[in-house]
Amino acid sequence: MGAGHSHTLYVHEHTRLHHLVPEVKIAGALGFAVVMAVTPRTALPVAAVELAIVASLARSARLRPRFVLSRLSVIVPFLLMAMLVPFVAGGAQVDVAGVSLSREGLWGAWNIASKATLGGLTSIVLAGTTEVPDLLRGLERLRVPAVLTTIAMFMVRYLEVVGGEVGRTRTAMTARGYDPRWLWQVRPLAAASGALFIRSYERGERVHQAMLSRGWDGRLPDLGHPTATTAQWRLASLPALTALLALLTWRLA
Amino acid sequence: MHVPDGFLNVGTSLATGAASAGTVAVALRQTSARVRDAQVPLAGLAAAFVFAAQMVNFPVAAGTTGHLLGGALVAILLGPSLGLVVVTVVVVVQALVFADGGLTAIGTNVLNMAIVTSLGGWAVFRFVRRLLPATARAVVVATWIAAFASVLLSSMAFSLEWLFGATAPVAFDTVFVAMVGVHALIGVAEAVISALTVQAVLAVRPDLVHGADGVRHPGARGRRSPRPLVIGGLAIAMLLAAGLAQVAADAPDGLERVAIDLGFADAAEGHALGSSVFASYATAGVDDPGLSLALAGISGTALTMAVGGGLVLALRGRRRDEVATATQGPIDVIESRVG
Repeated sequence: MGAGHSHTLYVHEHTRLHHLVPEVKIAGALGFAVVMAVTPRTALPVAAVELAIVASLARSARLRPRFVLSRLSVIVPFLLMAMLVPFVAGGAQVDVAGVSLSREGLWGAWNIASKATLGGLTSIVLAGTTEVPDLLRGLERLRVPAVLTTIAMFMVRYLEVVGGEVGRTRTAMTARGYDPRWLWQVRPLAAASGALFIRSYERGERVHQAMLSRGWDGRLPDLGHPTATTAQWRLASLPALTALLALLTWRLA
Repeated sequence: MHVPDGFLNVGTSLATGAASAGTVAVALRQTSARVRDAQVPLAGLAAAFVFAAQMVNFPVAAGTTGHLLGGALVAILLGPSLGLVVVTVVVVVQALVFADGGLTAIGTNVLNMAIVTSLGGWAVFRFVRRLLPATARAVVVATWIAAFASVLLSSMAFSLEWLFGATAPVAFDTVFVAMVGVHALIGVAEAVISALTVQAVLAVRPDLVHGADGVRHPGARGRRSPRPLVIGGLAIAMLLAAGLAQVAADAPDGLERVAIDLGFADAAEGHALGSSVFASYATAGVDDPGLSLALAGISGTALTMAVGGGLVLALRGRRRDEVATATQGPIDVIESRVG
């Protein structure tokens, strides 16, 4: 059970962002995401400011652009969906290079694409600078029920173990000539998935008993991690406040 | 189907977030008896299983692949409330750690992918099991139908959210037909995998399948209950709602004609629908408002029924669990399979 304690999205560094207390960082990221979400789609300068904020955060956390862009690939399906919008949307049409597109649809596509990108970047900066146990402890400090965060903790802890079992099973099946191409050939895969569930469940029972014998009372002990200072709260609220300021300035201008 | 930031408007994000938070809180209270029994590691491993199962690509056709959503499957394996909690954890971690789904859309994603799939899937599962004899085969068939329905319900939930919170003028019926159409196909794959997985677990550890409680010799049906009648009635209610939505949609047109006939159409400020909640521009390009409203009516009723029914069943399941553990252990289930 030699699973690692970090994940592929985390980048080990020692920057100010990395050292920020997790609950502060989560609240800061959420605040920024909310301001970003309420920014009107026509506020192009505000979107530019927001992009600059996320980019400078990523830079100060020493996340390499290539890493960030490759992680951003999770939103590609939605970018493709956004690209379809101008073609199927109704309303006034504009001609772009001979193709009739919906003006409203173009704005809608821009809105979805820009917000998905900015939101994705925010999450990537958060996950890139915070290890998962810290992230979950931060959630707990933000009053997320301890049951949820503890379940999540175990999930992350055993993800690599269970994932490794999946990989080994697939390898064994492929080695025996199983290469399904159609849905009706799926039975062995489903049987493996059933076996995986039983193994996970039984491992859970064993882990539970092992933990009981070590004095587990249903809660992870608090190991005396530092709590957030006022200065840290102030620092973490900067991105959201800057974006809000830009938004208000744009509104009044 | 992880909704990113800014895909739905702020109001819809807030509303779905509140609905999700409330439902998860109820489910947590339900599971607290089981989880306080310090089964937290077990739930964590189950969540890891869901996560891993979502990463397994299975073949669909000609080498294309899909992956499991798992909401209905986990609800059937672990019970609706614990299943809901487990899938919620998966969705939240996906958003926070893997940037999959927006931070401001966590509530929406939990609703679509954890709550609707597990509660809706569970309600359909219980309903189908009630119609079939209490056999292992019936459990597998019910899983098939429930998993299929859970994916459809999830895509309906998405379409309805789009109806209320669209950020681009794509008509609701376009989105609905596209989403539900695509997900009907995905649903078949989900159904096959879920059913076969439950079958595999039933063959080895039938005691681990929460939804297989009371599986006895074929023919031993147990007591009759009026529940099929109640559920059948609800189905009729759903048809009625769709019909009513149709009438409601046609009524403004009728009114308009009357207005024109009577010559006071000029006095009207706008279309009668203009002041209603459907006036958001998602419906601006609707060719057939009657169809749209009927779709919205049917899917809204189906969703409410399935999710509400699942919630009620989940709440009642706890009491039944307590009785079941007292009267019937896993050995009974194994015996019934042998016998």
